[in-house]
Amino acid sequence: MWRVGLVVALHDETPTTRTIALKVSDWPGHIAGQHVDVRLTASDGYSAVRSYSIASPPNSDTHIELTVERLRDGEVSPYLTQELTVGDRLELRGPIGGWFVWRTQQTEPIQLVAGGSGIVPLMAMIRSRLSTGIAAPFRLLYSVREPEAVLYRDELEALPSHEYSMSITYAYTRLVPKGWPRPPGRIDAALIANTTWPSSLAPTCYVCGPTSFVESTAGLLSASGNTSDKIRTERFGPTGDRQ
Amino acid sequence: MSSHTYDYLDGNAAAGELSKVFSMDVTASQGQCAHCGATRPFAEAHLYMLCPGVVARCAVCEHVLLRLVNVRQRVFLDVRGMTYLSLDTPQLEASNDLDP
Repeated sequence: MWRVGLVVALHDETPTTRTIALKVSDWPGHIAGQHVDVRLTASDGYSAVRSYSIASPPNSDTHIELTVERLRDGEVSPYLTQELTVGDRLELRGPIGGWFVWRTQQTEPIQLVAGGSGIVPLMAMIRSRLSTGIAAPFRLLYSVREPEAVLYRDELEALPSHEYSMSITYAYTRLVPKGWPRPPGRIDAALIANTTWPSSLAPTCYVCGPTSFVESTAGLLSASGNTSDKIRTERFGPTGDRQ
Repeated sequence: MSSHTYDYLDGNAAAGELSKVFSMDVTASQGQCAHCGATRPFAEAHLYMLCPGVVARCAVCEHVLLRLVNVRQRVFLDVRGMTYLSLDTPQLEASNDLDP
């Protein structure tokens, strides 16, 4: 079933990433971590469908936000991040997916691991936890190219001072700030061991990012003792503009 | 193509396409592979979308679990790669409800 979303606001998160705020009058509500399919149809009838994670937390109104990263050879994301304007309408299917979700009833420790724009569905979980005042213990390990590429940077930086603080570790892969303790590099076993919940606490792990990132990170989490039923993954890869 | 080329997504990415056919969320269900017998959440299957449809393969043995192809106004669905799907009804009914 396709719904219509009215674009009510646009906000650039980084030079290549834009948040699209939509009003969907028949929105039934969603759970943090779910996504929507967006369908664009050209005047000749050609249509393309891509999946985008919902960045906004569940709430009672009919507004949702998607954060979309522009892919250089993408078919849909360049339009969404460069041409879409306030007042336009988008066709949406969703909310979709009952697996890669965090429900506010969950009380176990939560380990979030993001690669690049894989932060988007995890941000919905962080925002959901904050907005409901749930004190479930959260940790975030965020692998990103450089500090300027961090999505929702101000919001994440404000979190530690909040009463529901959570620990955030950045793993910069290309460029680090001056004096940063760790040289640029991918997430490795040492970082997993030092910054994520010990597997003895049986955390539920949510890993989202490009396919190769998810593959290696889920492998490291597994090697450090997390069982496969506690590791939930969401990959986006060369098969689409998945965010 | 095989999985080591990292060209697949997770089964959860098929949720939208599968919603055309199923009223419940199949991706949160458990499915048994008809080939190796592994029983896993469908969301963990390896999903290949760069084909004329959607192909889900077993995360353990890579055998085909499900194929879904759209041809004009018809949807073709082949699920013979799964012995069964088990769906958690109460949770699925609540899946679109707002969290408190």
